[in-house]
Amino acid sequence: MGRKTPLFALHQELGARVVDFGGWDMPVQYSSQIAEHHAVRGDSGVFDVSHMCVLDLTGARVRPFLRRLLANDVGKLTLPGKALYSCMLNEAGGVIDDLIVYYLSESFFRIVVNAGTRDKDMQWLRSQAREFERGASAIDVRERSDLAMLAVQGPQARTKVAQLLSHTGAGAALALETFCGSDIDRGAQAPWFIARTGYTGEDGFEVMLPSGEAQEVWRSLNRLGVLSCGLGARDTLRLEAGMNLYGNDMDETTHPFESGLTWTVAMQPGERDFIGRAALERIRAAGVGARQAGLVLEDRGILRSHQKVLVAGVGEGQITSGTYSPTLERSIALARVPAGSPARVQVDVRGKLLDARVVKPPFVRFGKSLLN
Amino acid sequence: MSNVPADLRYTKSHEWLRTLPDGNVEVGITDHAQEALGDLVFVEVPEAGRTLKAGESCAVVESVKAASDVYAPIACTVIGGNPQLASEPEAINKDPYGSGWLMRIRPGSPAEVAALLSAAEYTSFLAAEGE
Repeated sequence: MGRKTPLFALHQELGARVVDFGGWDMPVQYSSQIAEHHAVRGDSGVFDVSHMCVLDLTGARVRPFLRRLLANDVGKLTLPGKALYSCMLNEAGGVIDDLIVYYLSESFFRIVVNAGTRDKDMQWLRSQAREFERGASAIDVRERSDLAMLAVQGPQARTKVAQLLSHTGAGAALALETFCGSDIDRGAQAPWFIARTGYTGEDGFEVMLPSGEAQEVWRSLNRLGVLSCGLGARDTLRLEAGMNLYGNDMDETTHPFESGLTWTVAMQPGERDFIGRAALERIRAAGVGARQAGLVLEDRGILRSHQKVLVAGVGEGQITSGTYSPTLERSIALARVPAGSPARVQVDVRGKLLDARVVKPPFVRFGKSLLN
Repeated sequence: MSNVPADLRYTKSHEWLRTLPDGNVEVGITDHAQEALGDLVFVEVPEAGRTLKAGESCAVVESVKAASDVYAPIACTVIGGNPQLASEPEAINKDPYGSGWLMRIRPGSPAEVAALLSAAEYTSFLAAEGE
């Protein structure tokens, strides 16, 4: 038996098929995975992402600590509520996890990490915090297991969530800019932390709210026409959006430069000594041997992770995530391939060599195909 | 509970068989199997004329989530695959015992068909598997 979110009983009542995901019993689909996918592209869907781990970091020196801990630079965060996507690296430049960090005040940052990595992340974070403090002011790390988190995604998602709020609350939520979050006032009730973030390539909110309210809020969203969606649709949506999945597309044995995450590593300013920096500089000086590519299968079939990618005259790579794209009605994948930029590759799909075109992810954004 | 028509034969790997008036046999995957796989998005059926041993992998059904092999339930020769599935793999989800049939085969021995699971036996098998 895995760990369960505050919504587990409701998932069962709604007829979800439940699978293990990183040690959690999570809904993979309710009705049809493809229907759930299309609901998010065309209207709105709600996902239980309470298995993800919310950590509140407080203390006078939280910002300098995070500038040391993370490969992206929280020094970029100047507006309270603004979020940043970053990798947390080990000394070898391998990815311990990817996360979102919110700047809430100079002494208060919130980070959201993956479910399957929460224990090692906590351990790493606490040991790094101790080392960073060295007897100076303490950095407090608090796990917010009192919160549930719902991702409400799709072109209609924000207005649907706003209908659950007061006039003032709705105004504040709808005024949130992309990749920003804020506590939204709910009068006598505890505020919700709402952020205009997601993992689908659509507009939407991620809502952190007291666990006890989660079931009723989910039902209210369903009544407003927001479809219950499982992790299956979440995976096809994120892959169409060209977003990495930790454990598939990168892990502790791979570095950001070969995982499509170069854009998340802030090498400037050069004096910022973040964990993994020295290793990344060595890797860059030696020449990065591999890179991430998006693949679109031209033949019939389905690309899956671990299939071999053949680049004529260059070498071999591997698919890190592959699936059927419900929007494009063909198979797409993220792959790690030898450096260089071939336009076409072949993939060994169950013993057959099939042709695939190399494209720059994302494949789909805001409901529209980005393929030529 | 999934649908298990009384007039068909079944395997423990969730294929069904229907003996046609001419003695040939239609094969597909059961309602339980399509339900477990989820939305099917790609199907590969065997070529006509291929001879298959019992238990040999002969077709692939892929859902969004995963690929699954389909096994020849008995020794046979393939008469043909269902051509409709190339463009409409979802026919298996919608009508697993009808328009979603996978292939037609000529059995090596009709007795082998009769020896497979009856609907009642397959239903108990599913119950034991913890459907």
